[in-house]
Amino acid sequence: MVYLTRKAEFSASHYYNNPEFSPEENRRIFGKCNNPHGHGHNYALEVTVKGEIDPRSGFVVDLKELKDIMNREVIDVVDHRHLNEEIAEFRQQIPTTENLAITIWKWLSPRLNVARLHRIRVYETPDLFADYYGEE
Amino acid sequence: MRAYLTKRYRFSASHRLHCPEMPAEENRAVYGKCNNPHGHGHNYFVEVTVAGPVDPKTGMVCNLADLDGFVNEKIVKRFDLENLNTLSEFAARVPTTENLCVEIYEILQREFHHAEVEKVRMEETMLNSFEYAGGREPRH
Repeated sequence: MVYLTRKAEFSASHYYNNPEFSPEENRRIFGKCNNPHGHGHNYALEVTVKGEIDPRSGFVVDLKELKDIMNREVIDVVDHRHLNEEIAEFRQQIPTTENLAITIWKWLSPRLNVARLHRIRVYETPDLFADYYGEE
Repeated sequence: MRAYLTKRYRFSASHRLHCPEMPAEENRAVYGKCNNPHGHGHNYFVEVTVAGPVDPKTGMVCNLADLDGFVNEKIVKRFDLENLNTLSEFAARVPTTENLCVEIYEILQREFHHAEVEKVRMEETMLNSFEYAGGREPRH
């Protein structure tokens, strides 16, 4: 089994607010991230796939194909967007880094037929990232 | 749904690698430059990975304010700008980054209760890094 990771970047804005909480609770739990005007990040996405090396091509996966799928299914959807306002998944759930990793897994896993998805890593900043490995 | 959250912190400290049970020549042979009696320092990076189900109400594995508060208070403040050899944690252990990594993992495992502690990864320099997951194989 060989693991292969492809990176991509996108920039987006978000804020954290749960309408079931009172305004005070939202401010206490989410702090500055509760600012209703939102704030933004330069996110980095790492997609790790796993598989056996094809003896003819020497590839686990055709990187061009993986890049195209990542661009189409993720980057074109979220880049320069407001996650709360424009992405259907985040009308019901808070666009934390954890939920973003899980959502990107759900978008990508049915589209990857050549290799199996191993891990989604989303960096919100260079010092903070979330990992998701599918249902464990 | 189980997810993993990693936050990176930094502190600077000095140490000297020296084992009192070894003769001076053996210490020099084993530890090389790191045995310099005056010590030397590093800018350490600590990556703390916590794990658990994502709380549907907050979208979080762990509130970062809790993790930052704990790590800054119990780890960064404890080790930043210290000479590791003078600390009680290293009275009976050589302050290698292996031992420091295990020590930090154990502090978290013992006292941090807002999420499961998955692993601690430390960078001593840009070229050396160490990971400890309590004897388990770390998730990669």
